[in-house]
Amino acid sequence: MEEAILKARAEELKPPVTSVGVIGWARNNLFNGWFNSILTLITLFFLLKTVPPLVQWAFIDSMWHTTGLACRGAPGACWSIIYTNFRFIIFGFYPYAQQWRPLLAMMILVGLLFYSRDRTHWNKYLGYGWPMGLAVMGLLMKGGLFGLTPVESTQWGGLPLTLLLSVFGLTAAYPLGVILALGRQSKMHGVKWLSVLYIELIRGVPLISLLFMSSIIFPLFLPEGITFNKLLRAQVAIILFTAAYIAEVVRGGLQGMSRGQYEAAESMGLNYYLTMRLVILPQALKIVIPPTVSILISAFKDTSLVVIIALWDLLKTTQSVLSNPEWMGFSREAYLFIAIFYFLGCFSMSNYSRKLERELSREN
Amino acid sequence: MEDTLTHKVPFWLDPKKRSIIFQVFVFAMVGLLAYYLVSNTLINLQKQKIATGLSFLNKESSFEIGESLIPYSAASSYGRALLVGALNTLKVAFIGIVFTLILGAVVGIARLSSNWLVSKLASLFIEVMQDIPVLLQLFFWYAIFYETLPSPQQALCPIDGLYLCNRGVAFTVPGAHPAYKYMALTLLVGCGLIYVIRRWAKKRQEKTGQFFPVFRVSIGIIVGFPLITWLAFGAPIDMNVPKLVGFNFVGGMTFSPEFIALLLGLILYTAAFVAEVVRAGIQSVSKGQREAAMSIGLRPPLVLNLVILPQSLRVIIPPLTSQMLNLTKNSSLAVAIGFPDFVSVANTTINQTGQAVEGVALIMAVYLIFSLSTSAFMNWYNKKVTLVER
Repeated sequence: MEEAILKARAEELKPPVTSVGVIGWARNNLFNGWFNSILTLITLFFLLKTVPPLVQWAFIDSMWHTTGLACRGAPGACWSIIYTNFRFIIFGFYPYAQQWRPLLAMMILVGLLFYSRDRTHWNKYLGYGWPMGLAVMGLLMKGGLFGLTPVESTQWGGLPLTLLLSVFGLTAAYPLGVILALGRQSKMHGVKWLSVLYIELIRGVPLISLLFMSSIIFPLFLPEGITFNKLLRAQVAIILFTAAYIAEVVRGGLQGMSRGQYEAAESMGLNYYLTMRLVILPQALKIVIPPTVSILISAFKDTSLVVIIALWDLLKTTQSVLSNPEWMGFSREAYLFIAIFYFLGCFSMSNYSRKLERELSREN
Repeated sequence: MEDTLTHKVPFWLDPKKRSIIFQVFVFAMVGLLAYYLVSNTLINLQKQKIATGLSFLNKESSFEIGESLIPYSAASSYGRALLVGALNTLKVAFIGIVFTLILGAVVGIARLSSNWLVSKLASLFIEVMQDIPVLLQLFFWYAIFYETLPSPQQALCPIDGLYLCNRGVAFTVPGAHPAYKYMALTLLVGCGLIYVIRRWAKKRQEKTGQFFPVFRVSIGIIVGFPLITWLAFGAPIDMNVPKLVGFNFVGGMTFSPEFIALLLGLILYTAAFVAEVVRAGIQSVSKGQREAAMSIGLRPPLVLNLVILPQSLRVIIPPLTSQMLNLTKNSSLAVAIGFPDFVSVANTTINQTGQAVEGVALIMAVYLIFSLSTSAFMNWYNKKVTLVER
């Protein structure tokens, strides 16, 4: 009996070669059925037609450290435009000798963001760390204290400006958005009506109209003699715009709270302010972390619109390089380069948001 | 007893009175702020000698607009210029939305394909397009047009009758013939007929359970009616082919590089978001639904029509609406590449007349009307497709 079993085991067959390994994988994932097989072949043909010429253009025939003139007529990409103008594209008109300051500010920002990734690090100290970090960044950019030469905000530009507009925009818009969301959920009809009006009005118009407003009309709003610089005005427009979107996200979180939470807080004798601060908001804001990150992503992308009111963000510095006769005609290379910046920023944020979403759904 | 109790509560502890006081306070603050801003603006405008009001709309605009759906010249009024801009915005939004829906649906379905290659390519497309600002994409496509493509004399000709050059895209359209007008008319009549048939078929099915092939009949009507009209007019086949005259193409239909770049950027960007919406919608219908539908003997098209689509549309439509609105709002970026949309025309008007407040207010009002009417329509449609929970 035992022998029979052993024998049977010895004769156990391996699975056929066509169902495991590379071939099996290809059969299961690329050629399962006639429709998928045709689809695969068409896609492969398309890839063969497009990818090799692209690689040839971008890496093999490309120029890396030449002048603009040498690039003319070359068959490949002219990455020299990036190599030569790198510091201008990144820092704009910031004084050359002082450019370590925006660099340091950006490094602080990235460091803070990186440290905040882990939710176990979210505590009181990080809460103090962020405003301090932002203040240090502002000080580094602006100068004027501790022997740093003052640099006017009209000279700020490039990547630091883009990051500044999006980070400060979101930090300032967040509390405003929460207040608006609470207003929209309020039992007081007047307050509710005002909040709804504001939110729907802002969400109904494009950001560009608010930026126009900030650059053209805002000076008219103020009494004569009082002026704000253009950067601050654009920042205000971005804050007002982002706040309406945050309000809608937070409203989603507030609506997700069960009535029991409100009733429990009420039965403990908490007033409105304490109910919100201790019971509702901590839970509601936690639910809406992932969509809030999406708002941060779109705020980051939307800062590129300030180019239209002639602020020197990353896109504008690139365009100004392109308007230089030496580098005219290499837009593809330049735009691809800054597209990589935006892509890396947004991709890491959206990845993070997906990770958070998984973590949060596991906890609940 | 109750009276004495209410009398004892001081007014700042009575929630009703407190809320009234708070609201009066909020309204007073908002009103004060508005008054302050408006009065400052009026004083400033007076100092700069700018007349307020919309009377400038009747003045002669004296600027040319490259593309227009209605007759327009520099002698026309500012009001007409703005109308041209609004129509251009609508044109971009309409064509953009149609192509975005098609591309978005295709990519969204491809993302869920069991074919590894197709699914990975779709997610690559979604990720890349979502993560690059739409303005940058517009600049990129515009640059591709005016830098990479040759001049009209050496225009690329990938298919017969289609020309690509740095002045735009020129392609062949059927020549003018009265038949086309009647074909459009019969198509409209056909659409009306389809609507009637659908209602009748639904009623009959609910009453008797008999099924009527509405979809096939509809296709037959949509294709057949214009075809019969076309044949009835003796099947005219003269084509309006674009020809190179001097430095530009004449005849056929031409789209400017600005228009193509704007459309391309908006479609690719928004389609990535629509694809994610479609994917989420399809995934929201559980597998059991399909299996249950098949086990009661429905054929695959009916499974899709009666079980999967009604449930996934409910999830898809609200976010889809906001994507369509986003596309319309993002079309305002046309101003950056010089396509004469509403914002761009309004901007020129502001620069020429100095009527900044009115100009920006008009921009906001027009987009608000677009947004509110689109969301009203989509809300109506959404109510129609929402499942009635029993």
